[in-house]
Amino acid sequence: MFTELNSILNTSPDSFTQGDFILVSGRQSDASFLIHHFLSFYLRARCKVCFLGLVQSFSHYSAVCQRLGVSLAQAKEKRQLVFLEGLQEGLSVFIPQDDTTGNKALSFLSRDPMVGLQNLYEFVRSSVSSPGGGEEGSDGSEQWGPPVLLVDDLSVLLSLGVSARAVLDFSHYCRASLCSQLQGNVVMLLHCEEEEEEDDGDDEGSERLLKGLIHQCCLALHVQGLPTGYCRDIHGQVEVCWRRRQGDGQHTQNKVFQYKVHDKGASFFARGTSSAVL
Amino acid sequence: MAAPVNSVVNSSAKCSSFNATSFQKKTRSRLISIPGTRPSVQNGQLLVSTGVTSLDYLLGGGLAVGTVLLIEEDRYDSYSRMILKYFLAEGVVCRHELFVASAQHTPDDILQELPSPILDDVAIHKPVEQPRLSHEPQDSLDAMKIAWRYQNLPKVQTALASSSRFGHYYDVSKMMEAEIREAAKCHRFYLPEHPTQSSPTHSPMLESYSALLKSLRDVIQREGFEVTAPMSKSRNILRIGLHSLGSTLWGDDLCCHDNPRHGHALTTFLYGLRALLRSSLSVAVVTVPSHLIQNRALMGRITRLCDNAIALESFKGSEREANPLYKDYHGLLHVRQVPHLNCLASQLPDHKDLAFKLKRKQFSIERLHLPPDLSETVSRVSRGELAGTAMVGSACGSGTSGNKHLDF
Repeated sequence: MFTELNSILNTSPDSFTQGDFILVSGRQSDASFLIHHFLSFYLRARCKVCFLGLVQSFSHYSAVCQRLGVSLAQAKEKRQLVFLEGLQEGLSVFIPQDDTTGNKALSFLSRDPMVGLQNLYEFVRSSVSSPGGGEEGSDGSEQWGPPVLLVDDLSVLLSLGVSARAVLDFSHYCRASLCSQLQGNVVMLLHCEEEEEEDDGDDEGSERLLKGLIHQCCLALHVQGLPTGYCRDIHGQVEVCWRRRQGDGQHTQNKVFQYKVHDKGASFFARGTSSAVL
Repeated sequence: MAAPVNSVVNSSAKCSSFNATSFQKKTRSRLISIPGTRPSVQNGQLLVSTGVTSLDYLLGGGLAVGTVLLIEEDRYDSYSRMILKYFLAEGVVCRHELFVASAQHTPDDILQELPSPILDDVAIHKPVEQPRLSHEPQDSLDAMKIAWRYQNLPKVQTALASSSRFGHYYDVSKMMEAEIREAAKCHRFYLPEHPTQSSPTHSPMLESYSALLKSLRDVIQREGFEVTAPMSKSRNILRIGLHSLGSTLWGDDLCCHDNPRHGHALTTFLYGLRALLRSSLSVAVVTVPSHLIQNRALMGRITRLCDNAIALESFKGSEREANPLYKDYHGLLHVRQVPHLNCLASQLPDHKDLAFKLKRKQFSIERLHLPPDLSETVSRVSRGELAGTAMVGSACGSGTSGNKHLDF
């Protein structure tokens, strides 16, 4: 959890807005440090968290969150966290073992990828509403707050052959059920390839997905590399876009910050005010 | 920790003693000690050497076990093949097991071309007790007779290198001796020998790739490379070299079309490969003919699914070969991706203008410094260089250009 980012977003684990769909996008720069931020943030806020970790193994997320002061293993034990390890599940689909009656969540891999992501959605749906996240605290299990879905990252789904349209459907379903029905939050990470100029031929592309997601989201964090090139002391810039409907109409606001990722956090500062140049 | 590691290691591969500090991370005690590996300074990952010392430095000390290094081939696949061979040769010297897969040459062809290690101070295991020592080339034994006192001093290095020695040097002009080579256990995968049966499933992966993945999984399970395997017997590292994935010989059409039909085959395979590696003691180097792939977005996705990615851009056949700027080098090296594993901040290189050259005994990666302007006369060139040094001096410290002005 990065306190500087919390103050920028005007939120804290004690008081955060519910029903938000947050999009984190990365271009020419790695945005996964933000997903770690949100993971530790919502775990501290005592939400019921469902994490679709498609990129890395559980030990990676666990090691990083350890540095941020949150234990994933404990959260899993207390049934606060439901973790889908995409790598393991995927492998058992690619190379079917004899008697693995595992998770059906990634079954879209084995069959025609055009099937869509219904099973993945069912997995999300069941894990956020499973007992432990419910109201009863009778058998000693703790009571958790609103459900939160975190996805790292959607572009892996595209790489595995899922169409952008199917991913958009998935995100729409998640938003409808988590944000609207259950008053929870959704955070999705998407990495775009470096194709700033429009390639019309590529229908499946991440650009199309990005546009669709920006349309759905109410807070977008766009992480980019520096336009002037690589720098060791400034790792890139984050554009924060708020899109809120407040009373009379759309209220949008954009701010740009530069950032540097440290060992145990990240610092954000206004453009040109890095300690390296001042 | 350092002492037991050395006692295990010194018989086979000389792993220079770690820079001994009194401070030790807690995580190190859990690590398994395997010859030819060392724990990372940053995050306690187990590292192996790529066989190229300066590449190790660039990757943050070495290649972390469980990760994939992607090499985008240069146009004639000469230097990328060389790095692959270095990687395998280092495995032979460290007594790791190898897995070589190829669709073009037989894996034995690749293995026969491994460069010969330069074993000046390294006690090499020989399967037969030194029978060839008498007619061995003398340069390993008689080297530095006069200056024997300086033998173990570190050389002054212009190239990228860390202070402690890790990995070995190789003589490209000589092939590795057959008996050293055959001492290493090697698994081979040659695609034409694996008849691919067309399966009825609608898997997004091609049959060739899924056969390769299956064969890899079998080797890992049979030989006990899984992390979860019982600790009873001594552990070893599996080095996986996959040559020219994505080329048409693998049955892939990435290189032929703008919008390939099997556009997700390679990315799906790489995802499966990552899953396999993360749960086993193995490390992979994959080369991909990226200059043939038209679709840049696709190449970006492929890069993203590998942990490390570098691209080689050889000057061979391009007009840059004759350019005096590049006369000292054989090509440029681009760092596409650095790993972020078990840590928030990835270890970024301090410099991204890099060039490589292949000398007889060393493949070295150096910082490329371009003088600010190229002018007609020689004297003005050197003055320009001097100005350039003064300008970037603070950034690069004792870089390459620093040494050139000592003779003034």
